[in-house]
Amino acid sequence: MEQFFQQLASGLANGAIYACVALALVMIYVSTDHINFAQGEMAMFSTYLSWQLMTWGASFWIAFIAAVALSFLLGLIIERAILRPLHSAPVLSIVVVFIGLLAICNAVAGAIWSYLIKEFPSPFPKTGFGIAGLIGPHQLGVVVVTLVVLTLLFFFFRYTPLGLAMRAAAQNPQMSRLVGVRVDWMLALGWGLAAAVGAVAGIMVAHIVYLDPNMMGGILLYAFAGALVGGIGNPGGAVLGGFIVGVLENMVAFAGNQLEKATGVYIIGNGEKLTVALIIVITVLTLRPAGLFGRVVVKRV
Amino acid sequence: MAALLQVKDLKAYYGQTQALHGVSFEVADGGITTLLGANGAGKTTTLRAICNMVRNEGSIQFDGKSLAGKATEEVVRQRIAHVPEGRGTFTTLTVEENLRIAAYTRGDKAGISQDLERVFAYFPRLKERIQQQAGTLSGGEQQMLAVARALMLRPRLMLLDEPSFGLAPLIVQEIFRIMRRINSEEKVSMLLVEQNAALALDLADYAYVLETGGVVMADKASVVKSDENIRKSYLGY
Repeated sequence: MEQFFQQLASGLANGAIYACVALALVMIYVSTDHINFAQGEMAMFSTYLSWQLMTWGASFWIAFIAAVALSFLLGLIIERAILRPLHSAPVLSIVVVFIGLLAICNAVAGAIWSYLIKEFPSPFPKTGFGIAGLIGPHQLGVVVVTLVVLTLLFFFFRYTPLGLAMRAAAQNPQMSRLVGVRVDWMLALGWGLAAAVGAVAGIMVAHIVYLDPNMMGGILLYAFAGALVGGIGNPGGAVLGGFIVGVLENMVAFAGNQLEKATGVYIIGNGEKLTVALIIVITVLTLRPAGLFGRVVVKRV
Repeated sequence: MAALLQVKDLKAYYGQTQALHGVSFEVADGGITTLLGANGAGKTTTLRAICNMVRNEGSIQFDGKSLAGKATEEVVRQRIAHVPEGRGTFTTLTVEENLRIAAYTRGDKAGISQDLERVFAYFPRLKERIQQQAGTLSGGEQQMLAVARALMLRPRLMLLDEPSFGLAPLIVQEIFRIMRRINSEEKVSMLLVEQNAALALDLADYAYVLETGGVVMADKASVVKSDENIRKSYLGY
């Protein structure tokens, strides 16, 4: 039983990371109808930025805040400089740009910081934090930090005029212009925020998966699965979907381990976690393409 | 009366196709001007050109200042409110958010709350639906929301694109009655595009008749209304 709760807690911690990246994906998707495949690599790059700041002597939280702020700026600049000129380009061109961005982030990080795997510190105290036998200090910290970030974002979008303007711009850009909203800037802001949320996820997960240029590859897939489960056009759903996927993959592995113990036959375990995510993606896309909390959008043609 | 909006030789293009071939007209300060004409005459395009939503050339003067080359967002910030064809509802936002977004360009919180109350005085039905998702409103309610949203900009000029479209006659009457009140009580000038010529001529004080991208006649609304020839040849009633 204790093992069960441990697995559940670690699933929630992973889920928190997926939820952040899923939200970043959805934030860009709702305003542009595109999935930013480079979201994970951008987060990885942000994580290296924070690592660099720490090796230069900054404390963890200073590096964290600075890296998140820098990522916000970088996201904004990427939108203005690279995607703005392509705003009326066909979907495939944009997909290629995203893949290019992914490769560039990866290669640049590798060139600057090398492909050697690095340890990444945890900012949370080793004792007096977390619940012994249930959830480790870092896992608890990850859940708390991401929940704080997600709550802040919720209040920003729900209750501030700028948040309202961003939602309006995503929903009906033409009408938004007609009430004076600078839609182009709202898009750029969305990119900045997505990059910042991704950075939070990267910096939080680096202690668990270690820092290397390919650290976010699997996580992006899980996040994508989460976003799909929740409904790719629904930010709240995507966050919940991220948590669901995180818990689910651990539960499946846990059930597999128990089964192996009981019967001696290995059917499914830790090695199949990624498979679980992909099965989730395929199942959702076939059975409920709009996601658990998504609405079917009927387009007039 | 001095002209608030003065449009001269306005040409507009959709890609290679020219939709307006030099349209000129004026909206008097505090007045209501209507643009009439059949489908494809260029009425909607004219409104869109004023807000720079289509490629256009020619002179557009608002309150003595040129609007040429200004982005849509900047034109709107001159307090020109456009109530577009199809109502432009933010379907996933609530009624209140639909109204508040129009006050986005203004910083004064107190004024915004005041304006919300003012707008609800015109449209009590919207107040009943304040937390409802705007996409669930009926067509008439969405049209009211569109006019209400335009009011939240504290406009000097309202551009109205077929506010009667697709609505039951009673609702249309109600909306037009409110528009007349807005014009007389708040001194908001209006440029009204309508298919329903009889209705528009009742409300407006000056009328232009458009045909295939050009003005074919212009006169006081009362004159146009009483001229049987014009009515029969251009307005079809």
